[in-house]
Amino acid sequence: MTGAAPRGPASIRIRGWGWRHAGRRAWALRDLDLSVEPGERVLLLGPSGSGKSTLLQGLAGLLDPESGETAGALEIDGVDPRLSRGRVGLVMQDPESQLVMGRAGDDVAFGPANLGVSRDEIWFRVDAALAAVGFPYGRDHPTGALSGGEQQRLVLAGTIAMQPGLLLLDEPTANLDPVGAGLVRETVRRICADRARTLLLVEHRVAEVLDLVDRVVVLEPGRGVRVDGPPGEVFDTYGEALAAMGVWIPGVPTRARRAPSGRAPGESLVEAVHAGFRYPGAPRPAVEDASLALRAGTATALVGPNGSGKSTLAMLLAGLARPRPGEVIGTSALAGSARTRSLSRWPARLLADHVGTVFQDPEHQFLTSTVRAELALGPSRVGVAPREVTGRVDDLLARLHLDHLATANPFTLSGGEKRRLSVGTAIACRPHVLVLDEPTFGQDRRTWLELLDLLAGLRDAGSDLCLATHDEAFVAALADEIAVLDQGRIGQRPTGGAGASASTGAADLRRPDRPGR
Amino acid sequence: MTALIGPIARADSALAQVHPLAKLGAATAVMLALLPTVDPVTPAILLAVTLGLLPTTGIRLGALLRRAWPILLGAVSVALANALYGDGGGRVVIDVGPLELTAGDVSSGATLGLRLIAIALPGVLAFATTDPTDLADALVQQLRLPARFAVGALAALRLVPLLGADWDAIRRARRSRGMAAGRNPARATGIFASQVFTLLVAAIRRASRLATAMDARAFGAAAHPTTARDLPVKPGDWSFLLVALALTLAATAISVTLGTWQLVLT
Repeated sequence: MTGAAPRGPASIRIRGWGWRHAGRRAWALRDLDLSVEPGERVLLLGPSGSGKSTLLQGLAGLLDPESGETAGALEIDGVDPRLSRGRVGLVMQDPESQLVMGRAGDDVAFGPANLGVSRDEIWFRVDAALAAVGFPYGRDHPTGALSGGEQQRLVLAGTIAMQPGLLLLDEPTANLDPVGAGLVRETVRRICADRARTLLLVEHRVAEVLDLVDRVVVLEPGRGVRVDGPPGEVFDTYGEALAAMGVWIPGVPTRARRAPSGRAPGESLVEAVHAGFRYPGAPRPAVEDASLALRAGTATALVGPNGSGKSTLAMLLAGLARPRPGEVIGTSALAGSARTRSLSRWPARLLADHVGTVFQDPEHQFLTSTVRAELALGPSRVGVAPREVTGRVDDLLARLHLDHLATANPFTLSGGEKRRLSVGTAIACRPHVLVLDEPTFGQDRRTWLELLDLLAGLRDAGSDLCLATHDEAFVAALADEIAVLDQGRIGQRPTGGAGASASTGAADLRRPDRPGR
Repeated sequence: MTALIGPIARADSALAQVHPLAKLGAATAVMLALLPTVDPVTPAILLAVTLGLLPTTGIRLGALLRRAWPILLGAVSVALANALYGDGGGRVVIDVGPLELTAGDVSSGATLGLRLIAIALPGVLAFATTDPTDLADALVQQLRLPARFAVGALAALRLVPLLGADWDAIRRARRSRGMAAGRNPARATGIFASQVFTLLVAAIRRASRLATAMDARAFGAAAHPTTARDLPVKPGDWSFLLVALALTLAATAISVTLGTWQLVLT
């Protein structure tokens, strides 16, 4: 980069542009025409799979011409983005894989150093960027010791330190808990207030960013721009249609609470009794003295801030980690034949037959190379007859809207499809207990609603659900009982708040009656 | 999973202030001096000096053991193997059934174990007192390694601790799907291999996301990137290296004088 490089906000000109990933038949984006003037702040919307991320990568000059086919023209300030790197800053979803350096200051300095900025100027920019994002620590703070929200603010600092004319934000809060997401949105608001750079933002949760943008552009898969206009106009005219596409639209309600279908809570299937868990080398237990019963036909939500032990407790309740001290038992109502009642000692096949788990990162649970094989694996492992397996898989493919992807590799699916498949693999064995860790993380509105219907249906059919989640709307719509975790301990449920009636109350959650004692 | 690289010492300790290449140079010098010999004196002197440095670094013994236990284990194994299977000669000191150890067996075993620790510990200390960022800077600034290599390796290093969490999640995911080894060793091996493969896939996907993020920050964009941090070699660093060289030479000289220095394989 030389001193002659353009300064100030950048302009975008896109004419008939398209991109097709190598080896794919369908174009990720096609016939796209879009102009953005310097200083404009644009919200880019569209259902998952409409090519938003591809467009942002193209604008950042990161699409390798050898990894796909391109059509039309895409220009930043009239120049191919690949030739104007540094003019464009891109922040993506996962903060963990966007930090390069071990120390905060070094990480912010990374971009400017790559652009050949002088050393004095680098550190001037580093300090300014850290201040701009409200980074609460010094230059030498280790990046590994930051929370997700802090990491993402550091990524923002590293991006604006390059002084880009165009800032691209690709769902920067999708992987963060509500507190971290709020901090990042606040930071984005602050650094974009002066219109010193053009902004292109992708975000499913529209309401929270509405005051940040002047213009909304909606992409339609394979068809370019569908809607383009000021936010108020766009949402008044197309709100319902956009909601149907999966966009979270302000004012369009999600769904009334799915109350259980009238039955009284069933027998308890899994019980934690004074269960604790400490990770090796951790200063304090992740879960401490947790007692809790999961009942048939009941959805129990584990809520609490990051690091409160929700996920760990979920893993204990799923029989995937061994509590110490205390125990987590599968009751005789769950599986009368179990030789030992301690769930973590159950043989894997027995566990898979009775307890299903949906993990936060769907990719961790994929074991085969096609969607169909993935769904068939569990039932085959626990000894379901082959014909019955085929029937179940066909049924699941249809219910999860994955039938057209039956032969696709699970790793190539979109985020929403991966999530639906991961739920499918967990329920393929028809377990009585289903444990879910952040099932709605980063999902669009459509997947969210589908998950809600699917899970409410399972619960009404007598399954017992346990979900560790940050998603207050999901808890309000589904949960029958709520356990609030704080620093590894189950505390009192706050009054009011979530719509759940929690008829059994917190006291019952804390001291389950153990049958046979 | 504990990372093998990265500082566990106090950042303000004297050794942490020394230039990374001076420390690695000193560690290499010790290694080169000890590799050709199988005597007890040279490694004993050099190990004593190395251990003498330890209290100044503020490294806790537990942290050091967590990192260096494979070396300790190796040293003990080498010592035992040589004591048991060696033919050292001399007086029989231990005689339990078929086990017969001579004084020569014991001393040659102890010597080889000592030698291994004396060779490895300086390297462990060098890494334990060095921030990887400083090492990468030094590789680029002094050794003129391509930044793409040094910074790339540095960034990859950051992902290592995340592998531990990935491994746990993958193991749990398999159990939840009914995949567990049970008591069949062949099955256990197969499942372990496929678990390693999944971990590899996860690591590669993470790494490619990181590579994209680095490209987004203009990595490799300019013909002449600058460095954010200057890491000059100071006179003190040269002194450190020279003292280390002098000590290794002195230790070797003492051993030769005492007549204990002995070339490997003779």
